[in-house]
Amino acid sequence: MSRKVSSSHSVPFWRDVRVLRVIGQIAFLVIIATGIWWLLNNLRVNLRACGLKISFSFLRNTAGFPISEGLPYSPTDVNGYAFWVGIVNTIRISVIGIVLATIIGTVIGIARLSNNWLVKKLAGLYVEVVRNIPLLVQLFFWYFAVMLTALPMVKNSIKLPGPIYLTRRGVYLPWVAPTGSFGGWMWYIIIGLVLAIAVYVFRRAYLRRAERPGFPLIWAGLVLILVLGAGWFLTSGNPLALTIPVLKRFNFEGGLWLSTSFTSLLVGLSVYTGAFIAEIVRAGILAVSRGQTEAARAVGLKKAHVLRLVVLPQALRVIIPPLASQYLNLTKNSSLAILIGYYDLMNVGTTIFNQTGRAVEMILLIMASYLTMSLLTSLLMNYYNRRMKLVER
Amino acid sequence: MDENQLAGYADKNQLPPPSERIPAIRWLKQNLFSSWFNAILTIVSTVLIMTIVFGLLRWALEARWEVIPANLKLLLVGTYPVEHLWRVWATVYLIAFLLGFSSGAHGGLMRRVSTTAALVSVVLAVLPFPWGTRGWLLGIAVAAVAGFGLGYLGKGIRWCKRLEIASWILSFPISLIFLNGVGGILPVIKGRTMWGFMLNLIGAVVGIGLSFPVGVLLALGRRSKLPAIRLVCTAYIEIIRGVPLISLLFMASIMLQLLLPASVRPDLLIRAMLTITAFSAAYMAENVRGGLQAIPQGQYEAAYAVGLNRALTTILIILPQALRIVIPAIVGQFIALFMDTTLFGFIAILELLNITRSIMGNLEWRGTIFELYAFIGIVFWILCYSMSYVSRRIEKTLGVGER
Repeated sequence: MSRKVSSSHSVPFWRDVRVLRVIGQIAFLVIIATGIWWLLNNLRVNLRACGLKISFSFLRNTAGFPISEGLPYSPTDVNGYAFWVGIVNTIRISVIGIVLATIIGTVIGIARLSNNWLVKKLAGLYVEVVRNIPLLVQLFFWYFAVMLTALPMVKNSIKLPGPIYLTRRGVYLPWVAPTGSFGGWMWYIIIGLVLAIAVYVFRRAYLRRAERPGFPLIWAGLVLILVLGAGWFLTSGNPLALTIPVLKRFNFEGGLWLSTSFTSLLVGLSVYTGAFIAEIVRAGILAVSRGQTEAARAVGLKKAHVLRLVVLPQALRVIIPPLASQYLNLTKNSSLAILIGYYDLMNVGTTIFNQTGRAVEMILLIMASYLTMSLLTSLLMNYYNRRMKLVER
Repeated sequence: MDENQLAGYADKNQLPPPSERIPAIRWLKQNLFSSWFNAILTIVSTVLIMTIVFGLLRWALEARWEVIPANLKLLLVGTYPVEHLWRVWATVYLIAFLLGFSSGAHGGLMRRVSTTAALVSVVLAVLPFPWGTRGWLLGIAVAAVAGFGLGYLGKGIRWCKRLEIASWILSFPISLIFLNGVGGILPVIKGRTMWGFMLNLIGAVVGIGLSFPVGVLLALGRRSKLPAIRLVCTAYIEIIRGVPLISLLFMASIMLQLLLPASVRPDLLIRAMLTITAFSAAYMAENVRGGLQAIPQGQYEAAYAVGLNRALTTILIILPQALRIVIPAIVGQFIALFMDTTLFGFIAILELLNITRSIMGNLEWRGTIFELYAFIGIVFWILCYSMSYVSRRIEKTLGVGER
C-alpha cells in the first residue's frame, strides 16, 4: 500500500510538475531568444542595407567637436577620450549635486519638524511646490529664464559677498589654487591622514573596551588639523593661494568659473532632489519613537550622545535605502543636461553619434555607462545597508 | 452646553475638558516665539516670505499675461484643427460623464472629485473666454450631472458595476481613436506629434494603461519560483530602471527602426508611447511587487487548502488584494510619468513645454519666457498636487499601513 503511494512512477511524465516546470522554462527561454534573434537579425539586415558594420574603431578617430568644460580636452582628441570627458562631467555634476541636495534636504526635512509654525509651513510649501512641477520645466526655468534672461551681462554683474559674481556668462567664485610648493605640503597631508586614522582606530577601540560613548572622529580631526597646520608653517611659501575673480576688459579672470549650464543644472537638480530627500529625512526622524529619546535621556546620556548613539542609527536605517534611490535618480536626471547644453555623457554621446552615425554602438556605450554607475551605487548602498542592519537585535 | 453632549459623561457634574482654542497672543508665543532661537527664525522667515511675495506680486502685475489667452489653444491642443475641436470636447465630456456616473454609483471620494471637476468647469465658464468656449465649458458640468443622475438611478442594479468598469476601460481606446480619427468614418488628423498639452495627458494615460498589465506580469515573473523566468524579468526591470528615460527616448528615435524589419516604420508618437510604456512597466512591476510582498503567507496557504491551484490563487486571491494596496503607488507613478512626458520634446514632439519655444520664437511674444514657464508650472502643479491629494485620501480610505 505505502509502496504504491510513494512510487512517483505512476504519474506520467507529462503530468509530472517537475518535468513541466523544466519544459515551461525552456519554452519561455526559446520564445525570448527567438524574439531577440529576430530583432538582431533585423538589425543585421538593416545595417547591411546602409553598408555599416558594428565596430568600435570609430572611438579612435578624431572627435573634432569642442567641449567647453571638464577635463583638459581639445577637438583634436579622439572620440573615446571625448566620451570619457563626458563621463567625468556626469560624475562631477552628480557628486556635487548629491552633496548639495543632501544638505538642502536635511535642512528642509528638519525644518518641516520644527516647532516654529512659520518655518514648518515654509518648508512644507517648498516641498509641495518643487515636487509637483516637472524637473525639466524647472531646469529650463533656471537656464533660459534665470541664467540667460534675468541675470545681467558681465559689465554690470551682481556682486554677492565673497566676492561671488553672478552674470549671464556664469558664476565666478573665489577659489583656492595649489601653488609651486603644494608638492612639499602634500607629504604632510599623507602623514596627517595616516595619523588621524590611527588615532581614530585606537580611540574607538579604547572606548569600546571601556564601554564608554565618545566622539573618536573629533580627536582624529584635531590631529589632522594640527599636522596640516604645522606643515603649512614648515613648508617654504604658501602651498595654497586664494584666487579672486577680477573684472578685466571683457571678462572676469582668476577664481573659479561655473558655466551657465553647469550652474543651472546644479541648482535645478539639487533643489528638485532636495525636496524628495527632505521627505525621506522627515520620515526617518519620525520613525524613531519618542520613547527611544526619552529612555536614552533617562539612562543619563548627553543630548549629543542621544542623537548620535540612539536616534541617528535607527533613523538612518529607515533613511538610507530611499536616499540611495534618490542619489541614483539625481545621477540619471543629470542626463537632462543635454537639453541645456552641459557636456555630460549623454550630450557627448549623442554628439559623437551625430558626427559618426554610429547609433548602436553609442547607445550601448551610454546605457552601459549609466548601468555601471547604477550598479556601483546600489552595491555600495547594499553593503552599507547590511552594516546598518547588523545593529539590529 | 446642550443635554446630548453632556449625556455621555457618567457624572453630570463633571464638565468636558476645556476647548482647545487659545488666545492669539499665547498661540504666537507658543508657535513662533517660544525661545530666542525661534524668534530669530520667525523674523528671518517673515522677511523671506515678504521678499518673495512682494517680488512675485510686482512681477505678476507687470507681466504680459496676454500671451497666455492669445496662445491658449496652441498650448493646450497644439495644431489640432479648429473645425475638429469638438472631438476634444467630446472626449472631455465622456470622461466627465464617467466620473459623474461613478460618483453617482459610489459616492465618497469619487463624488468629491467629480463635484470639484464640475465646479471648476463652471468657474472657468464665468471667466472672460469667448462665448463659444464658455458654452463648451458648461457642457462639462452638464455631462457630469447627467452621469451622476444615471449612476444614482442604476445604483442597485447588479450589472451596473460591471458596466461601469467596462466603460472606464473602453473609454481610453475610444477616446484615442476618436481624437486621432479612423479611416472612412472620422477624418484622421494630421500632425499628431504637435498636439501640445494634450500629448502630455495622452502620454501619461497610455503609459500607465499599457504598462499596467505588463508590469503585473513582470512582477509575478520576478517572484516566480522558476529561475529562468525570474532571471529574465529581473534583468529587464533592473536594466530599464538603471538608465535614464532620455536615453531610452534617444534609442527609440534612432535605433528602433534598425531593430524592426524595413516594412514596419512606426511614426514618432507611437515610438514615444512604446518607449514610455516599456519604461513605466519596469517601475510598475516594482510597485506591484511591493503589494505582492505585503500579502501574508497565510492567504496562499488558505487558498491552497480550499483546493485552488497556483494560477487561480494568484488571480482570485492574491492579485485583488495586492493591487488594492498599490493604488496610491500607481497614482504616484502616474504623476511621475505625467511630468516625464515633458521629455518628449527631446525627440521633437511638440508637447506643452516644447510648444512654448515656438511661441517664444515669435517676435510678437519676445521676452514672455517667465509668463509661459509660470503658466506651465501652474498647470502641472495644480494637476499633480490634486492627484497626489486624491491619492493620499485613497490611502486613508484603504487603510494602507494600518493593518
